[in-house]
Amino acid sequence: MKFSGLIANPGEWMRADGPHHDIVISSRVRLARNLSDLSFPGWAKKPERIAILEQLKPQVEALPEMDDAFSEYLQDLSALEKQVLVERHLISREHAAKGMGSAVVMNRQQTLSIMINEEDHLRMQAIRCGFQLKNAYKLINKVDNALENTLEFAYNPQLGYLTACPTNVGTGMRASAMLHLPALVLDENINKVIQAVNKIGLAVRGLYGEGTEAMGNLFQVSNQTTLGEKEEDIINRLGKVIEQIIEHERTARENLLQKKRTVLIDQVGRAYGILSHAYSMNSKEALNFLSFVRLGVDLGFFPADFRLPADELFIETQPAHLQKSSQQKLSAEERDALRAEIVRAKLRHFPAPDFEKVAGGKPEQDDTAQ
Amino acid sequence: MPNQNIILCDVCQSRDAEVFLTQIVEGKMQKVNLCKECSKDRGVEDPTGFALTELLAGLGTSTETEKPAPAQPAPAAGGTVSGPSMALTTTSATKCPVCGFSQADFKKTGRLGCSTCYQTFSESLGSLLKAMHKGTAHTGKMPANMARRREIAERLRGMQEELKKAVESENYENAASLRDQIRKLANQMEG
Repeated sequence: MKFSGLIANPGEWMRADGPHHDIVISSRVRLARNLSDLSFPGWAKKPERIAILEQLKPQVEALPEMDDAFSEYLQDLSALEKQVLVERHLISREHAAKGMGSAVVMNRQQTLSIMINEEDHLRMQAIRCGFQLKNAYKLINKVDNALENTLEFAYNPQLGYLTACPTNVGTGMRASAMLHLPALVLDENINKVIQAVNKIGLAVRGLYGEGTEAMGNLFQVSNQTTLGEKEEDIINRLGKVIEQIIEHERTARENLLQKKRTVLIDQVGRAYGILSHAYSMNSKEALNFLSFVRLGVDLGFFPADFRLPADELFIETQPAHLQKSSQQKLSAEERDALRAEIVRAKLRHFPAPDFEKVAGGKPEQDDTAQ
Repeated sequence: MPNQNIILCDVCQSRDAEVFLTQIVEGKMQKVNLCKECSKDRGVEDPTGFALTELLAGLGTSTETEKPAPAQPAPAAGGTVSGPSMALTTTSATKCPVCGFSQADFKKTGRLGCSTCYQTFSESLGSLLKAMHKGTAHTGKMPANMARRREIAERLRGMQEELKKAVESENYENAASLRDQIRKLANQMEG
């Protein structure tokens, strides 16, 4: 499959679907695996790295899940194409920096993506829409089992799967969910949640993983440790914490509706107003306003069928996706102008938010709820 | 008791400690007591800028006097969290026999060279992994072929025991049959 064919369709996780999709955007599980006794990619000399790649790539492509896959060497992808894949969470930022000796293979639905020679020989991830950690694990575990039939992975009975970085040793698994938490940010309880989550050994990160900023009220929650706990236990523990965060976000939304209605509808109304009328907008600004439009859809201020177009804008307004949609190379200013234009065009079909429809703090409106 | 509340420095074990550090990583509290000299030596000026594990990892091993490895590029934005920093303490001369990786390389990259490095540097990795993870032993998934091999190995061990007993009790018929079965199983293990 060609790159253009792959990205013509949004990935499965971008479909604004799945359990608890109002709060959980996507669920991901990745496994790190290495071949026994061969240098890890960061230490291997180029010929060794290429030999490992040539051993692994055909095996990965032969997986039944990779029927009609997109498979490419990293040096054959342009910087822009790599960045598009990063924005879709199909490759890591680290992998995008790789050239000769690395490759990526992913299925058409974009639920499965396997990076060859990232930090480890294999970084395999499953990504699903909504709250589906268990399904994501099931999918990636199946792929792992299939590859294990023909490959000898570096494994030690005491330490489990051996990885380039000691932080991944054991299960080699990182499970994460991308959460949209605008109400917890708005009522300033988000830091309390982050601290509580950190305290129990889970990590909270920004939109693009480690070291990135939390934009658009989007947060990634993942397991921090990989040794000493079974895969299923890690996923259950993470899942329980995410359920609690979902509850907190719902409570925060209810509280805002009841007690701080003006603050809430002001945010949604302003976001709609600015997105509908701005002529220049950077991606951070766009994400932050789109977050409140998304919240507006969740709360019923906009019709439900605007969820998908709103969610699509989250991806379409990312820098590389914007550049991809244009014929010529854009400067930063031109990109900001194009971003504003795309958002305006899409929001033209959105009716203004209807704040009367949803009951709030005033008791006389209560009977009109939902 | 001659203990008049004097606490010795954890590093030099001779001078009185004057710097007392406490850090909580994943709910586990760690304490380090240092004298003025050792705290300066180890670059403890900004207690927020390093991990105690890094310090502790350097205790009680070799004559290494190098400073702890610089912390990994710390993810900081948006209230994120980073794991403990890393330092290996095997003497710098140790090299992995498979890939030639050394301790200095680990300091530079924070990554290991190959899977055998886990054996080469096992001594110093131990404390690092302990500080980093929930446990020290893997309890999760095992490659299927390895699980199968392990099961066969266990059965083999049992049969060899039986064989020994059969020979001792001069039950040669049984011993011959056991020997054949053991051969068969051993072949399976190879394949």
